[in-house]
Amino acid sequence: MKYVALVYYREQIINDMTEQQWHDLNQECIRCVENLADKGKFLAGQALQPVDSATTLRVRDGEVLMSDGPFAETKEQLAGFYLLEARDLNEALQLASHIPPARLGSIEVRPVRDLPPKD
Amino acid sequence: MDTLDLETVYRQHSRQVLATLIRLLGEFDLAEEALQDAFAAAAQQWPEQGVPDNPLAWLIRCGQNRGIDQIRRRQTVRFHADELARTLEESDTPDLAESSLQDDQLRLIFTCCHPALAVDAQLALTLREVCGLTTEQVARALLQKPTTLAQKIVRAKRKIREAGIPYEVPDDKHLAERLGAVLHVVYLMFNEGYARTDGEGLIDASLTAEAIRLAELLATLLPNGEVFGLLALMGLQDARKAARVDEQGELVTLEEQDRTLWDRDEIRLGKSWLMRALGQAPAGPYTLQAAIAAAHADAPSFEETDWHDIVGLYDLLYQRSPTPVIALNRAVAVAMVEGPQAGVALLEGLSSDKAIQNYHLFHAALADLHRRAGHQERARVAYERALSLASQAQEKRFLQKRLFQLDGGGCQ
Repeated sequence: MKYVALVYYREQIINDMTEQQWHDLNQECIRCVENLADKGKFLAGQALQPVDSATTLRVRDGEVLMSDGPFAETKEQLAGFYLLEARDLNEALQLASHIPPARLGSIEVRPVRDLPPKD
Repeated sequence: MDTLDLETVYRQHSRQVLATLIRLLGEFDLAEEALQDAFAAAAQQWPEQGVPDNPLAWLIRCGQNRGIDQIRRRQTVRFHADELARTLEESDTPDLAESSLQDDQLRLIFTCCHPALAVDAQLALTLREVCGLTTEQVARALLQKPTTLAQKIVRAKRKIREAGIPYEVPDDKHLAERLGAVLHVVYLMFNEGYARTDGEGLIDASLTAEAIRLAELLATLLPNGEVFGLLALMGLQDARKAARVDEQGELVTLEEQDRTLWDRDEIRLGKSWLMRALGQAPAGPYTLQAAIAAAHADAPSFEETDWHDIVGLYDLLYQRSPTPVIALNRAVAVAMVEGPQAGVALLEGLSSDKAIQNYHLFHAALADLHRRAGHQERARVAYERALSLASQAQEKRFLQKRLFQLDGGGCQ
């Protein structure tokens, strides 16, 4: 079986961290990924940019509707994810608009964040 | 050269320099700093060495060099900086051809009006970056606190950077759609200024004038029917400015406006834009609205307006964008042709729409038609509903006056 582990936290907790705390957390994440990869358990994963960078899109009646900000509708549930390679946000949104459930629900598009270099 | 000349150069060229520097340096904040540096250098050097033959190119080159210096000085992103500065220096002859510079202005406009940004952020960013207003001026013009507005702009710029919104003019396939978003922001800017009948005299930047100036720039950069249509619409509305409030600052309806106060020059100009817009079929929503505004501008009085023509234009408009608000305006026009009862029937057909039920102008229009039909009691109920939904003090006073007149307090 394959599983997706989705990571949630309040960004405020991160924003309140000192540089050192943030640095340590990132290093811990790098070690975690290495650990999983060594065991052959890590297939793919990415950190994301803050929610400020999110754009949500929906397709209704063939029209692409965009809004600034994250997807925040509690009535809808997470159903899957795509990791896309795109030149810029325009291409990412254009690719995402072809994901069929865009017609039924919402697709949140957010850039991934590269983890810093390992110490 | 005295300071006044430099101010003129700043007004003429600063937006163009900024638009190109963002392309060359790849970042809004850096480009803005470089722009200020370039003008500071000009203030120092030009009085001694004379104004360069091509001030625009001088400013862009100077700004680019200052920007590269700035990148080199950055401590925090050391590992990127050297490489970036080198790449920028290697492309040492920036592309300053007329067409590239024009594209830069469009790039800036399309980036500020990108649909992945919230609409209010698009408006603020456009006023700040494209129109060149200061943050304080934008805050005053939009009735927001400068700190709130500054945050909004910072956030929008961060999103442009972090989310990877490209600095480019959309390709042909997406141009029409993206232009729609730009025109929406321009018209929003105009309406923000136009609705402000009380305060605009106190603001040093007129949003209506900025919106018209921006649309004129767009018309030269991107000669498109809807750009002309929007210019026509804004001009024809702006022409009625002096007549829409009385000496006490109260709203005057189109019906009661003194048409001799309408600005005939602005109407002529608006109609010439309309002619250009109609030359590019099919007519879009802004062009159709401008055609309606032109029909009003041509009418010697409210009664002598060509309502048949206006109903026909609303039919076309409704086909293009079937919104309840357009249906509402159409119903009012139909009432002028077929009598108030016909209008009431159409409005009642709309009343199942939730959004329109909470729209004060829907109830005000319904009240007005009941009043014309002689149904005082129904008119009163609808005016009261409109009054409870209206939020602008001026509109409230207008509705109160109407209610008072129903009670026999004024002439019919």
